[in-house]
Amino acid sequence: MRPRGEAVREFISKFGLVVLLLILPVAYGIQDLQTDGDLSRLATNLKDGLSNGAIWALIAVGYTLVYGIIELINFAHGDLFMIGSFVAFGLMGTLGLTVTTGAGGLLVGLLLILVIAMVACGSLNTMIERVAYRPLRNAPRLAPLITAVGFSFILQNVGLLWLGGSHQSVPNLIDSQKVLVTVLGVPISNGDVLAVAVTVPLVALLVSFINRSRIGRAMRATAQDPVAARLMGINVDTTISFTFLAGGLTAGAAGLIYALYQTDVWFFAGFTAGLISFTAAVMGGIGNLKGAVLGGLIIGCIQQISDNRIGTEWTPAIVFAFLVLILVFRPQGLLGEQTREAG
Amino acid sequence: MTALATRMRRVKPPAALGGKAGSLLLAAGLILFAAILPFFYDSGSAFLEDSTTALIYVVFALGLNIVVGFAGLLDLGYVAFFAIGAYTMGWLGSSFFTSRDIHVGVGEFLQAQPGIHLNWLLILPCAAATAALLGALLGFPTLRLRGDYIAIVTLAFGEIIHRIAVNSDEGVFGIGTFNLTNGRSGITPIDKIDLPFVERFSTLNIRPWYWTALALALVVVFINIRLRDSRLGRAWIAIREDEVAAVSMGIPTVRVKLLAYSLGAAFGGMAGTFIGSFVNTVNADQFEFSFSIFVLAMIILGGLGSVWGVVVGAVALSFINTRLIPDVLNEVPSKVGLDFDLTQLGFGIFGFLLVIMMVLRPQGLIPERRHKAELTEGIGGGEHETTVEVRS
Repeated sequence: MRPRGEAVREFISKFGLVVLLLILPVAYGIQDLQTDGDLSRLATNLKDGLSNGAIWALIAVGYTLVYGIIELINFAHGDLFMIGSFVAFGLMGTLGLTVTTGAGGLLVGLLLILVIAMVACGSLNTMIERVAYRPLRNAPRLAPLITAVGFSFILQNVGLLWLGGSHQSVPNLIDSQKVLVTVLGVPISNGDVLAVAVTVPLVALLVSFINRSRIGRAMRATAQDPVAARLMGINVDTTISFTFLAGGLTAGAAGLIYALYQTDVWFFAGFTAGLISFTAAVMGGIGNLKGAVLGGLIIGCIQQISDNRIGTEWTPAIVFAFLVLILVFRPQGLLGEQTREAG
Repeated sequence: MTALATRMRRVKPPAALGGKAGSLLLAAGLILFAAILPFFYDSGSAFLEDSTTALIYVVFALGLNIVVGFAGLLDLGYVAFFAIGAYTMGWLGSSFFTSRDIHVGVGEFLQAQPGIHLNWLLILPCAAATAALLGALLGFPTLRLRGDYIAIVTLAFGEIIHRIAVNSDEGVFGIGTFNLTNGRSGITPIDKIDLPFVERFSTLNIRPWYWTALALALVVVFINIRLRDSRLGRAWIAIREDEVAAVSMGIPTVRVKLLAYSLGAAFGGMAGTFIGSFVNTVNADQFEFSFSIFVLAMIILGGLGSVWGVVVGAVALSFINTRLIPDVLNEVPSKVGLDFDLTQLGFGIFGFLLVIMMVLRPQGLIPERRHKAELTEGIGGGEHETTVEVRS
């Protein structure tokens, strides 16, 4: 017989995080049942959470890809996403897209913007890796983290000089709040559909790329053991550049969706978004692509519930508290991390 | 040759006695220069104000240097301790809590004011103790974590403290209606520092402020040097260089790390009380993440772990922030026919500095010898490179 304390500890380490995550929705669900008699308010919260979370998932994928391969928290990633949203906002003006543009023109224009924003962020991310992280490949682990913080500040400043310090409102091109259908009392709007419609194919594409393609295989090999990968004839530097490119592409896509969904861009949005998405990546298990998506969706829900029930001003503090709790008590996350140390 | 042997070779024996006497003389000269500096400037001049700020940043930077430079724990939430110190000053030295009347060791002017008024000399240890306690409390959960996760957890703590400061104008954590921080409007005015045997400090005469800041900075420099050379300091450096080896040598890492967090925090809290009194307000907008990075940039510019380097880094960056960017550089764009506000570039410049320093000169301007050997070890011709050569 094992002592009872050990069993309890094992239970907490396995399911503690799941229980912790369920506390808020269950508590408010019961409260809703008592006051309204149905769960439609909670369901609406969760629906908003999922579509918001889809954006966090896209950013979290970028964190997790980079962490998986070189074990670096790419601190500048959130600000890269902000640059993506600025590029999207700028291009809307350049292409002359307004709320009166016809459906066909809108589709072509937005696809064009999506591609340009993705390419811009992808190449920017690759450039940052080349300048700030590659020279420090063999330095102590904190050195590239410090340069990442430095680049985060540089990108924020670029954003500040670009559009100024105030929030910029984006034309509501897709009429993001317009209710498309109502399922079981939950209104589903254009924005929700867009967020899911861009995120799901992109992440699916990324996963199959990493699992199937030659470069994807090289990425996984480098993540496991860079020295051995190099001995097998893999060009480690190119592979790492590709990883940053892929992370940047998703950040650019997230930038466009965010601009359309929130109809608001701000130079400081990247800092908070970055921390939220990093929390998502850790929650799912860093280095784990599916974990990042799952984490993003969960964080989105937590955030919506907190926004709706506790107060918007406390949401960042609650998300950060989750980050601390997860890092301290279950650093391997929900689905387990996939890094060199975890094996 | 083993890595250890290579490292041992790089560490040179301590300088001869003559060198030490020389550097002591240099230090004494610099201190004397700093002490008589105010006499060359008008007592209310902006330069003295900026110098005072620079000296307080020296205290902040040396506090963070203990955590990041000596113990090697990257703390991105140092602003939390600044906040604790400043709020302690605000709570214990202003008319903010008007319903209570407590006066301890203050002059006639403050006796007449409602609220809690303690002498700064009493608030200083209070703030240091509170910050140290909080530092240990925040440090405790990070003990088992690896380096980059420590950075993120401390950052999250800093942001949580900032959020609490912003939102606690009506109820703490949204509970109740008690006004703890007065949010973004802040607590103002704050009591001026009130030292015994000298006349009351005023905003018109910066000299006493300057000398107080200088004294505080000198004490902290002295403590930093003594700590570095102490048993505790060597333990910090040991866990920074190789935690596993340090543990096997019998260093109690938990206690040593917690001491690093609390001592670093205590200095942050002390400097926080001074800033609160000096700028005459404590408001939530002062405690943003960029402050942590600003202080970190000072340490990295000067040299991680190098006490004199950090002093130089702090003075240099503080003056760049208060003088160079607003006064000198601001005229450059209009001269070359450009139209933009260079003051907006502030934190971009510090970010750029972090990148440049880490890539080109990671050991800082005035490097600590031991740290330099550690930092340059892997870059360019370490053992990692030899394995790669096999390919060709």
